[in-house]
Amino acid sequence: MSTPITPEPKEGHHFIERADAWLDARTGIDSILHESLDEPIHGGARWAYVFGSGLLFLFMSQVITGVFLTFYYVPSADHAHTVVSYMVKVVSSGSFIRSIHAYGSSGIIIVLCLHVGQTILYGSYKGKRELLWLSGCILMALMLGMSFTGYLLPWDEKAYFATAVGTNLIAEVPWIGPLLQKLVRGGDQMGTLTISRFFVLHVFILPGMLIAFIVGHVFFFRKAGAAGPINEDPIEPKLPSVPFYPRQVLMDAAFAVVLIGILAVIAKMIPMDLGPSANPADTHFLPRPEWYYRPAFQWLKYLSGRWSLVGGIIMPAILALVFAAVPFLDRKLERRPWKRPITVGAFLLFLVCYTGLGFASYHDDYSDPAMAAQMHKQDADSQAFMNSPFIPETAGGGTPANVASADPIVVKGHALFQSQSCNSCHGEDATGTAAAPALTGVGAKYSEAQLEALLHAPNIKMTAGGMQPVALEAKDLEALSTYLRQLH
Amino acid sequence: MAVLKEIEEEIKDSLATSRRSFVTTMFAISGAIVGGLLALPLFRFTTFPLKKVESEGDWSDVGPAADFAALTAPVAKTITVERRDAWQTASSQTAVYVLPAKDGVLKILSPVCPHLGCSVQWQDAQNKFVCPCHSGSFAMDGQRLGGPPPRSMDALESKVENGTLKVRYRYFRQLVNTQEPMA
Repeated sequence: MSTPITPEPKEGHHFIERADAWLDARTGIDSILHESLDEPIHGGARWAYVFGSGLLFLFMSQVITGVFLTFYYVPSADHAHTVVSYMVKVVSSGSFIRSIHAYGSSGIIIVLCLHVGQTILYGSYKGKRELLWLSGCILMALMLGMSFTGYLLPWDEKAYFATAVGTNLIAEVPWIGPLLQKLVRGGDQMGTLTISRFFVLHVFILPGMLIAFIVGHVFFFRKAGAAGPINEDPIEPKLPSVPFYPRQVLMDAAFAVVLIGILAVIAKMIPMDLGPSANPADTHFLPRPEWYYRPAFQWLKYLSGRWSLVGGIIMPAILALVFAAVPFLDRKLERRPWKRPITVGAFLLFLVCYTGLGFASYHDDYSDPAMAAQMHKQDADSQAFMNSPFIPETAGGGTPANVASADPIVVKGHALFQSQSCNSCHGEDATGTAAAPALTGVGAKYSEAQLEALLHAPNIKMTAGGMQPVALEAKDLEALSTYLRQLH
Repeated sequence: MAVLKEIEEEIKDSLATSRRSFVTTMFAISGAIVGGLLALPLFRFTTFPLKKVESEGDWSDVGPAADFAALTAPVAKTITVERRDAWQTASSQTAVYVLPAKDGVLKILSPVCPHLGCSVQWQDAQNKFVCPCHSGSFAMDGQRLGGPPPRSMDALESKVENGTLKVRYRYFRQLVNTQEPMA
């Protein structure tokens, strides 16, 4: 007697309802959706809350476009610039996708600033949200690392020189600086190992850490709950709540569409440029980082020489530590920004200084005629390179090194191996194919005389496999057998 | 942003009746916009190798046409073929047979046997082409005489430009009765 099989529940007649019931029975998706969509938002949905999910959306866009870019990218100093140039000039939509990816990093920095600004103004880091804040700080550092490592990968002039300057800074770290710099670059100078290292960081290590910390960030957010408006108690919310779905979800989705729309329009109108290939011997090139690193770059100009340790390493480190410690330093539950002049004031002061430094950097570049001329020349070089047709690189083929450096009789034997079409069945370099076995190691099996005899008159087994007698003069046959006997 | 305001108003109006289905539709629309913006270029980007028409192969120099005017038997010449592989070009050397001129026109044959791809050799003593692998044989003009090859030797497109004989080197499918160029 067998237990009767319980039939699938036939709830609802609509196909979607049935499909949902089928899926829910196997995944519990309805309760997961309920968990994520019915999150209470005290004080109602607001446009001010869209930046976090906007960041997640931009990150997903970077992941998707980044994965697709690796369909063509090769992380090597020899090829990186050629393949990016191929992608941009030859491959369909290549320029568009690269532009979305490159401008996406700027988009993330902007939305990140808005997200941090909203959190500070609203005091949303208060009330048992230290870990939420710290995970956010780490995410910001990882994001800056992503843009720094990604910038090098096209290996054009600006990528090369900006990264050379950026990695020079590492040498300023006390004691271990030079060692650390060598580790990051994979050598004393920038080179093909630098690109490999930056590629691995950009594609595997940093994204892996980003995903881990995003999961943590969202987890801490869900645990603490949304902080709500500035008059809300961050620990015991009192304002009436509405569920996350549909109002806030809709706002988040609308913001996402606006973001991708802006990116797409910019990518289409002003494609990201690619400069000429990096030429380390170019002494005129003025290295400049991406716009969001410009203020830091300007800051270092003011504090060069013996102050570069203080300006480049110690002060940014202190600033970062103070920033990370904000929820530990500002512990009162007061959230209205005008009642928290120190935190809000310090943040606004930082914004003003950072923006001011950025403007000063551009002003310096374009107010000095010589420098402005060089900057314009660099832009013109990039434009000229973008407008020139794609030139493929020559593959470094040729005879394998082991044959090229070999005994002349072996070289002759190799040539005969090819001209007699031995390679058609036994494969290039006699490594074997489906049609005939490899000939490597025949030297150990047969003496020279035996091998020559076999070539001249193949045995039954060989003939059955399709082997033809080799009709060559004695000297040529000797060369062929010498070539075959040295294979290993 | 005005549109979004409108959408908000609309949501308020329809809250009681079809809130869920409306937002589902909104999701479908926003998903379609985002998907449409990125999915299409991503698809085009990935499937580019399907679309790209392989260049028909560039012309390779064989030698001065005058050198071949007095030929009485096919002669093997080594040519350099530039092959484009996506963002690389690889140049390789290969041989072709130049046939004695017929009515002043030079004909060039591929040495690749249409049977299994071995290099066919011209045998002066026998006055014919013989494949060393399975003894397929061809007349001086490449016509199949006997053996396993399914068709005659493959003629290559050639021209004389500024006194130089040029050939467009191609590979052809093996084991078929008609000459089919491989992309």
